[in-house]
Amino acid sequence: MTKIINFQTDPSQYKHWKVEYDGAVANLFMDVDEDGGLFDGYQLKLNSYDLGVDIELADVVQRMRFEHPEVKVVVMQSAKDKVFCAGANIRMLGGAAHSHKVNFCKFTNETRNTYEAALADSAQNYICAVKGACAGGGYELALACNHIMLTDDSASSVSLPEVPLLAVLPGTGGLTRVTDKRKVRRDLADVFCSVEEGVKGKRALTWRLVDEVIPNSKFDEAVVARAQEMAENSAKSVVAKGINLTPLTREISEDAVIYSTVEVTLDRAGRRCTILIKGPTDAAPADMAALESMGDQSWMLRCARELDDAILHLRLNEITLGLMEFQTQGDPELVIAHEALMLNNPDHWLSNEVLKYWKRVLKRVDMTSRSLVATVEHGSCFAGPLAELLWSVDRSYMMLEEFDGDNRPMASLTLSAGNFGSYPMGNDLTRLQTRFLGTPEDVDTAQTRIGEALEAEEAEELGLVTYAYDDIDWEDEVRLFMEERASFSPDAMTGMEANLRFAGPETMETRIFGRLTAWQNWIFQRPNAVGEEGALQRYGTGVRGKYNMERV
Amino acid sequence: MDLINVSYDSQIPNNVGLSSDKKVLKALEKWHPGYINWWNDLIPQNFQDSMVYLRTAVSVDPKGWAKFDYVKMPDYRWGILLAPAVEGRTIPMGEHLGEPAWQEVPGEYRNMLKRLIVIQGDTEPGSVEQQRFLGLTAPSLYDMRNLFQVNVEEGRHLWAMVYLLQKYFGKDGREEADDMLVRSSGSDDSPRMLGAFNEETPDWLSFFMFTYFTDRDGKMQLESLAQSGFDPLSRTVRFMLTEEAHHMFVGETGVGRTIQATLDAMNKAGITDPYDIAKIRDLGVIDLPTIQKKLNLHYTLSLDLFGQEVSTNAANAFNYGIKGRYMEQRIDDDHKLQNDTYPVTSIKDGKILTEDVPALTAINMRLRDDYVRDASGGVGRWNKLIAKSGVQFEFKMPHEGFHRQIGVFSSVAVDPDGAIVSAEEWAKRQDEWLPTKEDGAFIQSLMKPCYEPGKYATWIAPPKVGIDNKPGDFEYVKLHMA
Repeated sequence: MTKIINFQTDPSQYKHWKVEYDGAVANLFMDVDEDGGLFDGYQLKLNSYDLGVDIELADVVQRMRFEHPEVKVVVMQSAKDKVFCAGANIRMLGGAAHSHKVNFCKFTNETRNTYEAALADSAQNYICAVKGACAGGGYELALACNHIMLTDDSASSVSLPEVPLLAVLPGTGGLTRVTDKRKVRRDLADVFCSVEEGVKGKRALTWRLVDEVIPNSKFDEAVVARAQEMAENSAKSVVAKGINLTPLTREISEDAVIYSTVEVTLDRAGRRCTILIKGPTDAAPADMAALESMGDQSWMLRCARELDDAILHLRLNEITLGLMEFQTQGDPELVIAHEALMLNNPDHWLSNEVLKYWKRVLKRVDMTSRSLVATVEHGSCFAGPLAELLWSVDRSYMMLEEFDGDNRPMASLTLSAGNFGSYPMGNDLTRLQTRFLGTPEDVDTAQTRIGEALEAEEAEELGLVTYAYDDIDWEDEVRLFMEERASFSPDAMTGMEANLRFAGPETMETRIFGRLTAWQNWIFQRPNAVGEEGALQRYGTGVRGKYNMERV
Repeated sequence: MDLINVSYDSQIPNNVGLSSDKKVLKALEKWHPGYINWWNDLIPQNFQDSMVYLRTAVSVDPKGWAKFDYVKMPDYRWGILLAPAVEGRTIPMGEHLGEPAWQEVPGEYRNMLKRLIVIQGDTEPGSVEQQRFLGLTAPSLYDMRNLFQVNVEEGRHLWAMVYLLQKYFGKDGREEADDMLVRSSGSDDSPRMLGAFNEETPDWLSFFMFTYFTDRDGKMQLESLAQSGFDPLSRTVRFMLTEEAHHMFVGETGVGRTIQATLDAMNKAGITDPYDIAKIRDLGVIDLPTIQKKLNLHYTLSLDLFGQEVSTNAANAFNYGIKGRYMEQRIDDDHKLQNDTYPVTSIKDGKILTEDVPALTAINMRLRDDYVRDASGGVGRWNKLIAKSGVQFEFKMPHEGFHRQIGVFSSVAVDPDGAIVSAEEWAKRQDEWLPTKEDGAFIQSLMKPCYEPGKYATWIAPPKVGIDNKPGDFEYVKLHMA
């Protein structure tokens, strides 16, 4: 990969989206620049998208939360005539490496989940006004909105043509949301997902594919009215002003990516990297006014943004680094204090946004298809939100007792109330609940230890870390683990880890990332889709995909 | 079953044995009242009640297939007529080349076929809707009759497509057939599917230009559908082409007669400069530069109907054997095109280039190239009229990049000579190239009805020969003036 994919952008750089703010309503227009693709070799016709388009959307969604808390309803719509969105660009997909396809789909899924959840998290409601063809990934954009309005102009339709047209799945939540969210009857869903042209007008409403069908001449008016009405009935508290998300300080060099609170060092030969998170150095802001006046510079927000960017950077730009090691350094009490300000002000919009953002970043870690390990060294600050990393990773190692020549404070970890509800995983359980699925009483025991600096022996006893090693064993054990890990098949690792990480009940989110994504990624490997004669490769040539007709 | 002569014994004339195909007959009879309502609501009432000298197809034999008689338009016998089956016909192109043509819809291509038929079908009533008020300003009874002939035949073409939908596409097909009568040209709520069919046809010169340029796109589409491996579609379309020829004729002679009237008036008044526009217009005729602007407009709108130069849908349709090229049989190649290329225009760094692309994906471009050649014939004949009159003027087909909304040229401004110009330059000079509001108003001012048999409005010359060889003062429409 010669070109670095940059996940940082801002409205002045947008090529594909426009937002018009109108008090409590924001109009979000998709207007994809055909020639603005992230890579060469394809044109983003008919509002089709690639990763670059989605990076901008993710930025829009993020800024909507922090910079525009006054917005209660976001109306997603197309700025182009006759087409809402044609979905992911097929030529881009056809030309992309498997790893890129998978990471692209994962990121787009995360973005869909984020704006879908904005209603529950922040009472910011995304609704969708569909005019023109709304196909595949286009309909998936709409599905992640919580209210879909379709114009009845006897041409506009919604469709998921992936199966008949491309021999792949609507993999950005499409199949899952049709049945799980919209609760379309499964036989009708089967029909819907097998017809290229989709469903329009009244039938789309009867089949529950959309929430409203409106005569074309009244459509624009109806959308405005509905958005106003929803804004008026919104439970969202009135916030006068948001904060600015300024560009991150980030230095990318050959073997490191350095942010203000996060340092990533790359060990290409060892196929691994270390993500060091540095705790706050200053006292927590005194109150919410102080927090607000710091804008995006408070430690909690800065660290979340930087960690988020680091994970995305590693996922897309460093695909051979199969092991990510999390470390922290700093004062655990300060981490707890910074988090406490948020936990103690749950009704303040900004503390809510920061906590919800941490929830998303930690989910992003959960969803990262690399072997993850945390090493709890002396001087570390695995406390509150950072402690979550210990249960997000596949294994954790903690330093036991004093180490020769190491005068850093004794390794400890500190639980906070946040660990018992503020950062649920995709399965809607906390990481501790998921960890102790068979022994729920262990969660209760842990809860009685909130606020204590738990050293290695206790942490191991409580089941909060995998292993505690003393000075004698530490170096060898950690080295052996990392070397062993690096020797396993990356595919088997990804599969094993993804299965072990998400115990417990299924949610729509786990089904999207588990079932739908897994099937899609299987199909993405199969000749029927991606072989030289497969449908994805042949799309656009006029020659049909040749299928191996064996059922596997 | 008589497959050549049309059976008029049922409500719906046909040569497809409809009376023994109860299911389809029932479906069509259900659709029929909606169609009649559509027709009755469309054309102004006094024309509905007039007797129009129309031709009606009585056979599908290319020699002598029609008969002429007076008929009230609502009583016109719209029917279902397929060209005779060709014994042992095989699929002429694509991956099924040489296989027997399909007599039933292949399941895997059902949706694509249905979509093509729906799009084709949707244009037919669309143009009737666009032309609905032209009878009120007809420059002669002869022209009025031609208008109505075109209209009833477009109506029949709708029938032809609806028959295919009803017969071969099940419940979906029936719903699509119903939707044909729901959509309406220029409607906000449910417009016709293609943009060009939602523009009003405001005057007769526009009508002639439309039938010359836009109906010719229809002809090219029909020609390519006539190659279809789906035999019923091929046969339907082959017969439609017989009728379509008359529409081209109306367009070419209509524009030609408009030009002739201008030339005659100029010569009579001793005007030699075709750009002496004010003086020429004072003669009650349309000056040649304005006709050129109308040509520029309608030609380019029609080019847009061919879609993107490089098109996946077109490639699929060809490869699947659903839609061929113009005169597929006469093309000397393998008719599969999997390894061929075709030159397609593209724009790189502000320059117009030609690039070779896989021929399969360039099916639209190729059809458009064929269209350009086909359309230039009549323009040459118009220029001969001018040359004969001694006036120094020549019509030109503008560059294919001029005034385009669809395809590679839609992102740049191109002048009629093919030079890329800035948006400002375009805005500044647009009025030299395309009809202005004032041009439209002037043409509109000439649109006065002329209903006396044998008489013609000032701006149009009489035809050389009458329809069905009728004499010059023949009363083509017996107007019902309530």
